[in-house]
Amino acid sequence: MAGTKNHDYHILPPDIVPLLSTIGALTFTSGMVLMMHKLPGGHVVPWLGLALLLACMFQWFTKIVHEAHAGDHTPVVQLHQRYGMILFIASEVMFFVGWFWAFFDFSLFPSKIAAEVVGGQWPPKAIEAVINAWDLPLLNTLILLCSGTTLTWSHHALIHGDRDSAKKGLWLTIILGVLFTSIQAYEYIHAPFPFGKNTYGSAFYMATGFHGFHVIVGTIFLLVCLKRMYNGDFTPRQHFGFEAAAWYWHFVDVVWLFLFVCIYVWGNWGAVIE
Amino acid sequence: MATTAETFQAHGDAHDHAHDHDHKPAFFARWFMSTNHKDIGTLYLIFAIFAGIIGGAVSGLMRLELEQPGIQYLTLWATWFDGKPAEMNTALHLWNVLITAHGLIMVFFMVMPAIIGGFGNWFVPIMIGAPDMAFPRMNNISFWLTVAGFCSLMFSAFVPGDTTGLGAGIGWTAYAPLSTYGSSGPAVDFAIFSLHLAGAGSIMGAINFITTILNMRAPGMTLHKMPLFVWSVLVTAFLLLLALPVLAAAITMLITDRNFGTTFFDASGGGDPVLYQHLFWFFGHPEVYIMILPGFGIISQIISTFSKKPVFGYLGMAYAMVAIGVVGFIVWAHHMYTTGLSVNTKMYFTAATMVIAVPTGIKIFSWIATMWGGSLSFKAPMVWAIGFIFLFTVGGVTGVVLSNGGIDDNLQDTYYVVAHFHYVLSLGAVTSLFAGFYYWFPKMSGKMYSELLAHIHFWVFFVGVNLIFFPMHFLGAQGMPRRYPDYPAAYEHWNHVATDGYKIMAVSVLIFFINIAYAFIAGKKAEDNYWGEGATTLEWTLSSPPPFHQFETLPVIEDAHHH
Repeated sequence: MAGTKNHDYHILPPDIVPLLSTIGALTFTSGMVLMMHKLPGGHVVPWLGLALLLACMFQWFTKIVHEAHAGDHTPVVQLHQRYGMILFIASEVMFFVGWFWAFFDFSLFPSKIAAEVVGGQWPPKAIEAVINAWDLPLLNTLILLCSGTTLTWSHHALIHGDRDSAKKGLWLTIILGVLFTSIQAYEYIHAPFPFGKNTYGSAFYMATGFHGFHVIVGTIFLLVCLKRMYNGDFTPRQHFGFEAAAWYWHFVDVVWLFLFVCIYVWGNWGAVIE
Repeated sequence: MATTAETFQAHGDAHDHAHDHDHKPAFFARWFMSTNHKDIGTLYLIFAIFAGIIGGAVSGLMRLELEQPGIQYLTLWATWFDGKPAEMNTALHLWNVLITAHGLIMVFFMVMPAIIGGFGNWFVPIMIGAPDMAFPRMNNISFWLTVAGFCSLMFSAFVPGDTTGLGAGIGWTAYAPLSTYGSSGPAVDFAIFSLHLAGAGSIMGAINFITTILNMRAPGMTLHKMPLFVWSVLVTAFLLLLALPVLAAAITMLITDRNFGTTFFDASGGGDPVLYQHLFWFFGHPEVYIMILPGFGIISQIISTFSKKPVFGYLGMAYAMVAIGVVGFIVWAHHMYTTGLSVNTKMYFTAATMVIAVPTGIKIFSWIATMWGGSLSFKAPMVWAIGFIFLFTVGGVTGVVLSNGGIDDNLQDTYYVVAHFHYVLSLGAVTSLFAGFYYWFPKMSGKMYSELLAHIHFWVFFVGVNLIFFPMHFLGAQGMPRRYPDYPAAYEHWNHVATDGYKIMAVSVLIFFINIAYAFIAGKKAEDNYWGEGATTLEWTLSSPPPFHQFETLPVIEDAHHH
C-alpha cells in the first residue's frame, strides 16, 4: 500500500467479508438455538446463517487464490501461511483431545452408579453388540492410509512437474475419501447401538462423527485443489494450498488411527461383535 | 526483506509521508472492514470498555443486593425484567443470571479483548518492528466474532433459562448438570454458543499472534531481544491455542447433552459430571494465566521505563512466563478439590500448584529489583504498576493458601475464593489494564491525559477495590458461601463495607472517563516519546499516534538494549 512499501509483508485493503462471515456465524448459532428448541424460524434461520457463512468462506478463499496470483504471497507470507496452518492443526488436535478424554474417562472408569446401563463395564451393559474393528473399520483404516499415499504421489508428481500424475493422484485421494465417508455412513446406519442414550453411544458417535466431519471438510479442501490444478494453478515451487490440504488430510488420517486403535480395537476388546 | 534500513528511519518516514501516504479509509471501511492492526486494537479497546461498563454495572447490582441480609431488590428487578410479578424462585434465578453475566462478560468480553485484542494488537507488531499482523483479514474476524459472542450472550438474557425465569443462570463455569437438564431453556444454548463464537475468534487471534511474533520480527530482533510484553503475548497465545479447543469440545458436549440425547455428563446414562469439570478447568486454569500474563508484560515495560533501567533478569522474566504457561496446564484439578478426588491426586495438584509460586515470585522480585537503584519517576502508569505488584501479590499469597487441598476443603466456594481471584484479576489484571492504558493512551490517541486525574483515579480505585475485596477474606474464612444473594446477619458488617467499597470504586471509574474526555477535549498533543529516555521500545520511535502504516521500511535492531 501507499507505494512506499519497502518490505515483503502482505498489507491488505479493508474487507467486508470478515464482518459478513461473523453475521453468518451468529445467525447460524442463533438459528440452531431456535431449531433445537423448536421455536419459530428454526427451520429457516440456521440454514440462512450457514449459507451466508459458506458464501463468505468461498469468497474469502477465492480472494486468497487471487492474491496468490497477484504475487502477494512472497516467501515470508508463504511462511506465515505454513505457521498458520500448523497452528490451526495444533488447535484441532486439542479439540480431539477433549473427545478422547471423554472416551477414556468412560472406558477406563465405567460408571457403577448407572448399574443397568453401564454396570461398571466397558462396553456398557446396555450395548448388546459392537462393531467389529477388523471388518469395515479395518477396511476404512486401509482406505485412509492408502489415500495418504496417493496424495503423496500427487504431491511428488506436482513437484516434478508431472501434472497429469498429480491430477490422477488427487482424483484417487478424493475417491478414497468419499469411499471412507460412504462406508462410515453405512456403518452408522447399520450400527447395533443408537446415538446417545449412554456413554458408549455418546463417545463413539461424537468422536467418530467429528472425525467424519473433518474428513468431509478435508475432501472439499482436496476438491478445491483439484479444481485449481485443472485451472493451471500450483507451480512445482509454490503450491501451498495443496500442501495445506495435504497436511490437513494427514492430520485427519492420524486422528482416525487413534480412533481405530482406541475406540474400535481396544475399547471393543472382548465384547460381543455384531 | 529490506535489511539495509537503519534503526530510526521509520521514524523519519512517518513524518515525511504523513501527508502523502497516510490517508485512511472512509469511516465505514475503516471501522467495519478494518485490516489495520491499530484500528482493530482500538475497536477491541472500545468494545472492552463498553462490555466492562455492563459487566461492572452487573456487579453493582449484586453489591447493592448484598449490602444487607435478606432479599431487598431482586424480586423487584425480576418483576421489572420478566414483565410480570416475580416469585422468589424467579428472583433467585435472576441472581444466578447476574453472576453468570458478570463472570462471562468480565473474562471473555472485557479482560481478554482489552489486554490481548487491544494492547496486543496495537503494540505487538510495533514492538517487534513489523508493519502489521501476519493475517490482517483474520485479525478482523477475530474481533467481530468476539462481538458476535457478546451478542449471543445478550440474546440469552431475553429468553427463558429454565422454568423460573429469563437468562442463563449457570455460572461462568457452566457446570453440568445445572447447565444441562438443570436449565432447559434456550438462554443456556445462546450462552454456550456465545463461548463457541468468542472462542473461535480467540483461537484465530492466537494463531495470528504466534505467527506474527515468530515470523515478523525486524532484522536483528532475536527472540531474546524481544520486549517482555511481546513475550507475554506469545506465551498467552499458545495457552489460548491449546486450551480453548478443549473448552470447545466440553461445551459442545453440553449442547449435545442438552439437545440431542447424549449422556456425557448425565449419570443416569453412565456419564460423569466431574468430567465436565476436568475439561472445563483444563481450559479454565490456563485461562486465568491468559488474563494475567499480558498484564505481567505490560508491568515489565512500565517498571523498566520509569526506573530508567532495563528490566532486572530479562531472560529469567521471559522464561518465568514460559514456565507459568507450561505448569499452568497441569494444575487444573486444584479447582476441584471437593469433587471426591483421591488423596494422592490432591497431593499432586497441591504440589504442582505451589510450584507456580516460584516463577511468579521470580517476576515479583525481578520487578522490585528493577526498581532497586533505578532513577524512579512516579508517573501515573508507574503508580498503577506498583499498585499492581502489591495487589497481585496479595492475590498470589491467598492463592498459595488455597492451593492446599486440605485447606481448600474448608474454603472451597466461600468468599475467600472470591477475594482471591478478584485480587489477581480485578485488582491484578484490571490494574495492569489501567497501567497499560495510561502508559500507551497518548501514543494511541496523540493526546495527553491529566496526570493529576490519573493519580486521583488510582488512589480512589485502590481504596475502593481493597474495601470491596479485602473483607471478603474475612467473610470467606467465616464460612460465607459464594453465589448466594442472602446471608445470615452475622455477615452484614463486612458485606456493608464491601458495598461501600464498590461505590468508591464506581467514582474512580467516573474519574477515568472524565480523564479520557479531558484528554480528547483539552489534552496536550503527545510527543513521540513522552516518557523520555527510559522508554526504549520501538513504539517510542514513532509519532503519536503512529502513522496508519508504520515501518514501511523495516527498522534494524542493532544493540541488545531493547528490553
